[in-house]
Amino acid sequence: MTTRITVNDQSYETDATPDTPLLWVLRDELGLTGTKFGCGVASCGACTVHVAGEAVRSCQVRLGDLWGDVTTIEGLADTPLAALQSAWMRYQVAQCGYCQSGQIMQAAALLSENPAPDDPEIDAAMGGNLCRCGTYSAIRAAIQDAATDMARGGGAG
Amino acid sequence: MSRLGKITRRSLLAGVVAVAGGAAFGVYQIRKPVANPLDPGAGATLNPYVIIDQQGIAIIVPRAEMGQGVHTTLAALVAEELDADWTTIRVLHGPPAAAYYNAALAHGALPVADYRMRDWQRSLTAGIGAATKLLGLQVTGGSTSTVDAYERMRLAGATAREMLKSVAAERLGISAATLNTRDGRVIAPDGQEIDYRDLAEAAATRAVPRVALRPPAEWRLLGRSLPRSDMQAKVTGQAQYSTDIVLPGLKFATVRMVPYLGGGMAGFNAAPALALPGVEQVLDLGTGIAVIARNTFAAIKGAEAVEIDWTPSDLPPDTAAMFDQIARAFDEAPNSRMRDQGKPDDITGQLDAEYSVPFLAHATMEPMGATAWLQDGHLTLWVGNQAPREHLKVAAAAAGLAEDAVTLHTPFLGGGFGRRVETDVTWQAARIASLVPGTPIRLTWSREEDMRHDFYRPAAIARMRGAVEDGRATLFDAQIAAPSVTRAAIGRLTGRALGGPDKGHVEGAFDQPYAIPNYRVAGHLADLDVPIGFWRAVGNSFNGFFHESFIDELAHAAGRDPLAFRLDHVGPESPVAAGVLEAVRAVSDWDTPLPETTARGVAMTWSFGTPTAVVIELKREARQIRIARAFIACDPGRVLDPAIVRSQMESGLIYGLSAALSGEITFTDGRADQGNFPEYDGLRMFNTPRIEVAILQNNPHMGGVGEPGTPPAMPALANALFALTGQRVRSLPLIHHADFIL
Ligand code: FES
Ligand code: FES
Repeated sequence: MTTRITVNDQSYETDATPDTPLLWVLRDELGLTGTKFGCGVASCGACTVHVAGEAVRSCQVRLGDLWGDVTTIEGLADTPLAALQSAWMRYQVAQCGYCQSGQIMQAAALLSENPAPDDPEIDAAMGGNLCRCGTYSAIRAAIQDAATDMARGGGAG
Repeated sequence: MSRLGKITRRSLLAGVVAVAGGAAFGVYQIRKPVANPLDPGAGATLNPYVIIDQQGIAIIVPRAEMGQGVHTTLAALVAEELDADWTTIRVLHGPPAAAYYNAALAHGALPVADYRMRDWQRSLTAGIGAATKLLGLQVTGGSTSTVDAYERMRLAGATAREMLKSVAAERLGISAATLNTRDGRVIAPDGQEIDYRDLAEAAATRAVPRVALRPPAEWRLLGRSLPRSDMQAKVTGQAQYSTDIVLPGLKFATVRMVPYLGGGMAGFNAAPALALPGVEQVLDLGTGIAVIARNTFAAIKGAEAVEIDWTPSDLPPDTAAMFDQIARAFDEAPNSRMRDQGKPDDITGQLDAEYSVPFLAHATMEPMGATAWLQDGHLTLWVGNQAPREHLKVAAAAAGLAEDAVTLHTPFLGGGFGRRVETDVTWQAARIASLVPGTPIRLTWSREEDMRHDFYRPAAIARMRGAVEDGRATLFDAQIAAPSVTRAAIGRLTGRALGGPDKGHVEGAFDQPYAIPNYRVAGHLADLDVPIGFWRAVGNSFNGFFHESFIDELAHAAGRDPLAFRLDHVGPESPVAAGVLEAVRAVSDWDTPLPETTARGVAMTWSFGTPTAVVIELKREARQIRIARAFIACDPGRVLDPAIVRSQMESGLIYGLSAALSGEITFTDGRADQGNFPEYDGLRMFNTPRIEVAILQNNPHMGGVGEPGTPPAMPALANALFALTGQRVRSLPLIHHADFIL
């Protein structure tokens, strides 16, 4: 059975079984390896992508259940993603980097819902994203900075 | 073309960069035997670190980038002297090669505390360092990369610059002394500029000159926080890890190895797996199976479906029995007494305490994985690793090939923490690839496989005796029992059994800069075969907790402020260490009293050449405890990149706090009870403290930064808990004793 999905505004066809998690469709079937596998049980956030603009754990979304277009870290360019990526550069957030695609996608979903989150709101939104390198201070600073940047009308990088 | 050129072209097969008409420096020297291994000046120019091709300058960094920023700092050493343009250079991981031996690894070889090392002892270890070249240990670990590269890689940049200038001088018919260099170009007095790219080919044939290194006052890159060379790739999803390599016809694999550690496999039935969609093959790996499938999901489902008849482990049946086994080591003569001052046996102990810490997993964010491809008798492997030459050897053996039939690439590591020294996943990937010749395979472990097949930080027990008089410690007598990481891991790495006193087993306890008249640390090696390995800060990770918790007990027994008590004992031994205690006192506002709902604890550990003090501030929130703030002061000597040092300190601290708070691996029938993050979690953003870092540069010797933040974090947390609740916790993790926000 062939499924048609849209990722980063590009259309793809895949004959992976409908129970295949989106994570593995992206990584293995489509070759989009920017999205990472960390746990497979919704407890680390490394696999976070957007479906119809909402942050989801792609290890938990079956191909057959997909309800909208997918955006991954490779999707770039749009605010707030671009604003976040440039804030991430300014704050030199990444260490090993493995969790960072998920962190950025989660933060992007936060900022599109809440363009000026306070600390408890950032804590609440980012709590599902583990970083074993411990980059949390820099992540928090970068999210706040990206929010400020967007409020000023920046964000295109 | 040169040997380096050849190696490098092969190492770039991943398609990252193509070296066309490139020139590699240091080519000729690498072939020459080293005349005098003790001469650092001559030794330093032997190594190939620079490629200049039509794309520009590539700097070879022969250490694994696992988050610690080593690609940035090591490349900056070369770029500084080479006058390369930081914004355009490329940084590549070097191929496995003896030339890239890690000399600084030998620094810890002498049975002496780092803070007490005299100059002659330092030169002696430099000599041993040169001898490690013979072993060719190209290891990223021990917080040694920068120390090791500091002179070597600056010299590589400086000599390359002078070779380029000498070619330019000849072309222009003027003296090289009149030429300047900037941003990858030679600049003549009349303003004429020649790009390095136009000089490189000829320059590579020049003799390597002797050059003096620039004094730090002239540095333009070093000493500043540089934009990391890996940052853009990592925020755009372009950074490639072991399992991100895309190859034509790629198949996806996972393994399911015997979870009863030390056990085996009597047989298996592959039929249920082969009946699943997408599953293509089930392979016998001896003590487990591999499944090859159309994607990783199908492979994991397939691996779960294989019916396997495991044979049991001969480890003790549960964790309590393992601790009993460790405690039995106290009945045997100690392996070491690396600190033995005064007459501890003549002093009556006033305090007796037993401490224990559990096994810990590394839980790198990226589970173990590798990509491998056997094509026409040549195996190409992509595996994030901390010891490429050893991995290459293991891969060759696993595939039944000669070593020169194997090419090994080291992509980015999604966390290392010591785990990726181990060659297990490399062996598996090479074996699987050799069983399906022609087909590239991407091997990804499930998180459960990763957590249950780690080389764990060992559990350890300490028995302490202490006494105080007139506000001072008069006795500190420690016995430490654990299985030996040094023996297990170095044995696996080098294939040699180590004997003699095991320094790594007692590091963090015997080598601390305290003046105590009766001071003894005895190491007892336990006989327990749980696979153990290097875990961030290694022995310091448990000894730091033992030592600094007990110092705290002594301070309270003496009725003293724990920070002032430490300063009194540390001051006479080491002004450098006293400096970090003073600094952490200042940044944490230690002397300002706190409300009753808040309390602080302090600890200091000198590890990997860097004394590091931590203050943790706890706060009661409703009925729970929050780790509200953390303060770190460290003195790694000269700092090459302050932002990287700061982020490593934060990282080490959070890694330590995560372990102290909730980290614990327990076993039933030799199988780890924890399999995934819900059972073995780390700090998250909401329970990570606000962190302040003070970096001092008074230490006359350069120390590491990747690990020293971890050891003092754990006792500082437990000491703060004592200050808050009056409860002295002597066993980790703390969640068994107090209600923290999780
Ligand atoms: S891999 Fe999906 S949350 Fe961890
Ligand atoms: S940067 Fe390494 S896990 Fe987050």
